[in-house]
Amino acid sequence: MAKYLLLKHYRGGPATVNDVPMDQWTPAEISAHMQYMRDFAARLEGTGEFVDGQALAPEGAWVRYDGEGRPPVTDGPFAETKDLIAGWMVIDVDSYDRAVELAGELSAAPGAGGKPIHEWLELRPFLSEPPTITE
Amino acid sequence: MDETLLRSLTPSVLGILVRRGIDFAAAEDAVQDALVEAVRVWPADPPRDPKGWLTTVAWRRFLDAARADAARRRREDLVDEEPAPGPAPTVDDTLQLYFLCAHPSLTPSSAVALTLRAVGGLTTRQIAHAYLVPEATMAQRISRAKRTVSGLRLDRPGDVATVLRVLYLVFNEGYSGDVDLAAEAIRLTRQLAAAIDHPEVAGLLALMLLHHARRAARTAPDGSLVPLAEQDRSRWDTRSIAEGVEILQAALARDQLGEFQAQAAIAALHADAPTAAETDWVQIVEWYDELARLTGNPVVRLNRAVAVGEADGPRAGLTALAAVDDALPRYSAVAAYLHERDGDPATAARLYVEAAQQAPNLAERDHLTRQAARLNALRRR
Repeated sequence: MAKYLLLKHYRGGPATVNDVPMDQWTPAEISAHMQYMRDFAARLEGTGEFVDGQALAPEGAWVRYDGEGRPPVTDGPFAETKDLIAGWMVIDVDSYDRAVELAGELSAAPGAGGKPIHEWLELRPFLSEPPTITE
Repeated sequence: MDETLLRSLTPSVLGILVRRGIDFAAAEDAVQDALVEAVRVWPADPPRDPKGWLTTVAWRRFLDAARADAARRRREDLVDEEPAPGPAPTVDDTLQLYFLCAHPSLTPSSAVALTLRAVGGLTTRQIAHAYLVPEATMAQRISRAKRTVSGLRLDRPGDVATVLRVLYLVFNEGYSGDVDLAAEAIRLTRQLAAAIDHPEVAGLLALMLLHHARRAARTAPDGSLVPLAEQDRSRWDTRSIAEGVEILQAALARDQLGEFQAQAAIAALHADAPTAAETDWVQIVEWYDELARLTGNPVVRLNRAVAVGEADGPRAGLTALAAVDDALPRYSAVAAYLHERDGDPATAARLYVEAAQQAPNLAERDHLTRQAARLNALRRR
């Protein structure tokens, strides 16, 4: 009973094995990839392990406070930002091993040539509530 | 209407239905329907016999569902008439339900969810909220769990240890939602203790009561953790402590020691100390030795090192710690604490930072970061 974030990066992670940019895939390959992701989420809902999944647009802005009474400053996007998050999935599983197993399955989503991308996914545990019994 | 009272009838009503020969999954659905109906109807029209009312409504709901099902499958071999209510040894029914919902074929999270619904009478929505997952996910988790245990026979004796592990999880790893899971775990353990005479059930109940007693003192108004030594002991719930101690003493007197009794004994020694300085650490170390013998759990040896540090001084604590696997969660936090007490704030600050980075939850991380910040500020002076 622990939640994990599976983080998918547009860039910033180590190179994937099947490293062909998506715009070089065939439309059918793109559809197959999307279907795989949907099926994966549906299967996790069926096993009672799915919490959330969202995709993010690659373009975003940086925003910060600029002092009392002033509107926030926006800037960017910065081309030099190395890490770019594409989306996430949140799972609620019984063990770390199960989280790794599921991340491995998600990483097997098909890409160019219908072959698994072997994409690197970042797996991050959620900070939980403190346990009641501590000593 | 007292919802807890209503929910306390859940296991016996479910037990009656299952004993009438209904499949567990169908019976459980029917009881949930009856509970929902009770919440709707009872405030205006309270029944004289709540359990009889629930049983009747659940039975009708089952018949409705079974008829619809039978119509679909063109099968009409189901019982139509309501059977005369037979003798209801509800204690046994309740006990069998606990065993079923904690069956070893279930994963821990499934067993927890099923126990809260089928024994606790909570709705899927409440359980989903309590564990911060979508309702659809929790519904699937519960229905899979029901399918897993549906083929099992209810009359097989279960292992009480598996039930205790599930209840311990509900108590210890509960999030804070609109359902108080710690209180619910205590209620379910109390109910179990009434159904079975077992010193470890009593031990777990005592352990829960003793920890629950300190709940108000465990967090500051801003939500930050207050360590045991700094808690305002006047805010401890003395009634809960007295009850826990009494239950524990009766259990220990039976001389069948188990891990929950040993854990409760440690909690009782803390609860018994008027001030942190008066804690009987020597006895606590002895109980940790018992606990290590009973469980072989390496985390016990880590906690023991803290107790040794208090009983025999930080040097002894650090020596005890040297024999513990440094990859254990909270190892750095323990090391930091002992090094500070040993008069080495520089090492302690570094270890607190390390411990904060490894902390499994936000409250502990913030607490450890504050410890590091406190030591760093002292050293700058």
